Amino acid sequence: MTVPTVTEKTTYRDAIRAAMREALQRDERVFLMGEDVGSYGGCFAVSKGLLAEFGPERIRDTPLSESAFVGAGIGAALGGMRPIVEIMTVNFSLLALDQIMNNAATLLHMSGGQLNVPLVIRMTTGAGRQLAAQHSHSLEGWFAHIPGLRILVPATLEDARGMLWPALEDPDPVLIFEHGTLYNTSGTLAPDSGAVDIDRAAVRRAGSDVSVITYGGTLTKSLEAAEILATEGVEVEVIDLRTLRPLDTNAILESVGRTRRAVVVDEGWRSGGISAEISARITERAFYELDAPVSRLCTAEAPIPYAKHLEDAALPQVETIAAAVREVLRADG
Amino acid sequence: MTHDEAHDLHLLHEMLRIRRFEERCVELYSATKIRGFLHLYIGEEAVAVGVMQALGPEDAVVATYREHGHALARGVPARSIMAEMFGKVEGCSHGRGGSMHLFDASRRFYGGNAIVGGGLPVAVGLALADAMQQRPRATACFFGEGAVAEGEFHESMNLAALWNLPVLFCCENNLYAMGTALTRSESETDIALKAASFEMPAWSVDGMDVGAVERAAGRAVDAIRSGGGPHFLELRTYRFRAHSMYDPELYRTKDEVELWKERDPIEALIGEIRDRQGFEPNARDDLEALVVAEIDDAVAFAESGTEEPVADLTRFVTSRST
Repeated sequence: MTVPTVTEKTTYRDAIRAAMREALQRDERVFLMGEDVGSYGGCFAVSKGLLAEFGPERIRDTPLSESAFVGAGIGAALGGMRPIVEIMTVNFSLLALDQIMNNAATLLHMSGGQLNVPLVIRMTTGAGRQLAAQHSHSLEGWFAHIPGLRILVPATLEDARGMLWPALEDPDPVLIFEHGTLYNTSGTLAPDSGAVDIDRAAVRRAGSDVSVITYGGTLTKSLEAAEILATEGVEVEVIDLRTLRPLDTNAILESVGRTRRAVVVDEGWRSGGISAEISARITERAFYELDAPVSRLCTAEAPIPYAKHLEDAALPQVETIAAAVREVLRADG
Repeated sequence: MTHDEAHDLHLLHEMLRIRRFEERCVELYSATKIRGFLHLYIGEEAVAVGVMQALGPEDAVVATYREHGHALARGVPARSIMAEMFGKVEGCSHGRGGSMHLFDASRRFYGGNAIVGGGLPVAVGLALADAMQQRPRATACFFGEGAVAEGEFHESMNLAALWNLPVLFCCENNLYAMGTALTRSESETDIALKAASFEMPAWSVDGMDVGAVERAAGRAVDAIRSGGGPHFLELRTYRFRAHSMYDPELYRTKDEVELWKERDPIEALIGEIRDRQGFEPNARDDLEALVVAEIDDAVAFAESGTEEPVADLTRFVTSRST
């Protein structure tokens, strides 16, 4: 990556909007549709201003019909368009599961390679905003179970800005999960920052003692935990998965091969989750290099509650991540 | 032979192709050459054949798991359909789909959807792509009356009407959603009336009369192409055979089936031709011979087809895994 000489202050929300604006300008086949993406400006204001700039043909407000507008995205993709479908939150995507699973993910294989579906679906995921049990879950690991889908989990401004274009260029369906607590994240971004790689994980903090493997909404928390641990003399390596399917197994193994200890931090539930998959891959491929059992820190196995103290307790937090790392370091092999 | 006479014989030929193809499929199923679910269209041939007459190669077709007839009438070669049923790589879906998932991108035949109602949103999207690219095309979407109970039906009808999209919704009302009679699943059994509530033209058509289906579909597609938005046809028809090869048909009487068989769309058309312009004594035999030859050829093609190497199992999971 080139070192930017001039930087711009921006937010995760603005970075996604900039990515959409660029895509709409670059490719006339691109259009955005979803609930309240137009007149309202997007439930989380991500698409604010796009209707005025691109008009109602390309910024399409839809009725509350998740299955129909996701399926329409699939059909439009088959018909030569490059749709971006926005689903307001991950829990609402369940209303469109038939289309995502039975059509988008399946058509290419089931048709013997004839029908690829170049569709991008964006949605908000995750907890931390006291939105309770029907707006707060982290189901990206669930979707990562499905062959035929690519699952992206941008956690940084660069990825918020840069993942959309390669997703649109992918000939197959791509789901982008935007953690709701990240929209207001601010920072700087090079004005010319653009497409990023969507195949590989990234080392966000180098360290030699333990690998914390995470993504999305728990990346920042993991980095904060690493700073605390650094004051205790522990050097944590933080891996941002960036893509949950296909998983960059090599990056995980490379890091764990050096640190010999791994903590997987995932806002999804533990049982049958993506953390289980990552843990399994480590033990299958690097068991004899480990100095301690792989540890997982996940969300409590309960629907996300409204009350703040309960929601906080349900989720991985900076302190619990730090504690999990200390625990793994104690378990000396 | 006049143009009309030739066209009548063409319609008859198309319906016979479907009827005989499926009868052969039953034999091949018993001989275990075809497996999985096999849903027969026998009795409903006039619907697919009639509607297809209104479409051109630039239009799109979305169908259900009971789609052998639609594929044949759309021009998907019998060879590639039969090879698909045999699970061979020469099949129209590479042997991955089977009876329920016939695809042919070159003929804009988009399946083959085995989730009831699941094809409707996709059809709306195909039509949206045409509308946004200002192409004067139509997308015909076939589904059974059972789909009317699905949320995807209502969502899709609303969206198509709201956005004035070029979709021809073809509801094949054969009175039974598998074994559940229409009267046992819908509070309002007048399906065209339901469709009209979405502010789109909706007509009930005798689905056992291929000419009536063709005329209605022609009118609708003309209107759709000239910007008239979605249209809805309720095609009243009947399935002569069981729902699938596993169905013991406990839900309807033999008398009812026999009564409908008196309205066999193939015999009805032959009767019409006889009444109107006469029917060459050998005309039917000649068509039957053509059809048998086509099906024999398709079966031989499928028999001699190849099995996809197991090493290719994950090919086409993504475009990169080719």
